[in-house]
Amino acid sequence: MAEKLRYRDPALAKHIAKKIGEVAPKDETVKFCHVCGTHEWTITHYGLRSLLPANVEVIAGPGCPVCIVPAAEIDEAVQLAKKGVVITCFGDVLRVPGSHMSLLEAKAEGADVRIVYGVSDAVEMAKQGPDKEFVFSAVGFETTAPSTAVEALGNPPKNFSFLVSHRLIPPAMELLLGVGDLNISGFIAPGHVSAIIGMKPYELFPRVYRMPTVVAGFEPIDVLMSIYMLLKQLSEGAARLENEYPRVVKWEGNPKALEVMERAFAVTGGNWRGIGRLPDSALKLRDELVAYDAREKYGVHVEQGKDILLGCECHLVIIGKIKPNECPMFMKACTPAKPVGACMVSSEGTCRVWAKTAAAQKVS
Amino acid sequence: MRVDGGKAQVDFGEGVLRDVNVTLVDAKVGDYVLVHAGYAIQTVDEKDALETLALWKEILAYEQNQGS
Repeated sequence: MAEKLRYRDPALAKHIAKKIGEVAPKDETVKFCHVCGTHEWTITHYGLRSLLPANVEVIAGPGCPVCIVPAAEIDEAVQLAKKGVVITCFGDVLRVPGSHMSLLEAKAEGADVRIVYGVSDAVEMAKQGPDKEFVFSAVGFETTAPSTAVEALGNPPKNFSFLVSHRLIPPAMELLLGVGDLNISGFIAPGHVSAIIGMKPYELFPRVYRMPTVVAGFEPIDVLMSIYMLLKQLSEGAARLENEYPRVVKWEGNPKALEVMERAFAVTGGNWRGIGRLPDSALKLRDELVAYDAREKYGVHVEQGKDILLGCECHLVIIGKIKPNECPMFMKACTPAKPVGACMVSSEGTCRVWAKTAAAQKVS
Repeated sequence: MRVDGGKAQVDFGEGVLRDVNVTLVDAKVGDYVLVHAGYAIQTVDEKDALETLALWKEILAYEQNQGS
C-alpha cells in the first residue's frame, strides 16, 4: 500500500518534530502515556523520543496483553497441560512465567502445548483430533476478543474449550490516572483496540478527567502527529478526544465485532499482573457458553499466583512508573534469551522492545 | 483479496497469501483489510488514508519540497 511509505516520510517527520518544538510548553514537563505494545515498538524502533524536546516525555502503560496475564491464569493452563489436555496458545504466551513454571517448561516436561496463529487454527486442530481435549488460551485486549467470540458462538467441537484471559483497555487507562505521582498530561490511545471499540469509551477521559486523548495509528507519522495534537490541546488549555487514525478507527468502532463480543462475553472484574484486581476489566464467557469455559469444564480455579519474582520490577514497568533500564535486572539477569519477567517475554513487552532495539543499535 | 464464505484469501504483500476470517467486516474483493490473529478486524480505505495525510499536512502547513 503506497501510503504506508508516506506515513514513514522522514521529511514530514522532521517537520512535525519542528512543529512539536514550537507548540511544546517552554517551562514545564509534560508526560504522555500510550497503552499499546505496538506504539512502544514504533516509538523505540524509529527513535521518536530523540525527536522530542527534553521536556516532552512519552511513557508506556499496560499495553502488552501477554504481560498483564496474571500468573494464576498461566498456572491454570499449566495444570490442564499436565492433566493431558492439549493447550493451544499464541507464541508469546509460551514463555510467560507462571507461579512455578511457564507453558514452555511444561512442554519440556512432556505436556502437549502448541503454538497457533489464531483461535481458528486451534479449533481446526480440535476437529482433527477428536480423541483429545483441546484448550485455547485466549489472551488479548479488545483487538483479539472478537475472534474468540466468533469461534465460541460458532459451535466449536465438544473436545474444545477456552481459558479466557481477555482484558479491556479503558479501565486500565482509568487506573493510571489514579496513580498519584505518574502525572500524565495526555493519552495516546491504541489504534487497533479502537478499531473495535471506537471512540466513545474514551469520552470520559477529557470530560471527567480533563485529559487530552488522541487515538493514534502505528506508523511514525501517526505517533508524531498524535503527540503534536496532544501538545496543541495543552497549549489551548483544552481537553478533547481526537482521532488521528480515521483510516482505521471509526467513531462507532466495528459494530459487528462489538455485537459478537456482547453475545459471547460478560464483563467482570479481573486480575492484571503487576497491577492487581480491576473492576469491569475482564471478559468471561456468558452462562449459555459455559460448556466451553475450560475453568468450569475441568474445575481449575487458581485464585492467587506469584506474579512478580524477587528483584523483577515488571510491576513498575507495566504502569510506566520506571523505564526498563531503571530495573537492576534489565539486560543483566533478565534478557530476551533468558527472560525473568513477563515484560521481557512478549514481543509487545516494554523491556523486550527496549532490549531488541538497544541490541540492534549496538551492532550498527 | 478473494472471498469465499466467511474466509478470504488475503495478500500480505510480496505474494504471501493466507486465509483470513472476514465475518467481522464488510469486505469485498480488492479491499484492504487490517488483520489480527487470522481475523480481519477493519477495512482500510486507501483514499481515506491519503485524505487524512493531506489534512495533517494542511494543519502543519507542510509544503512537499520542504526539508528534503
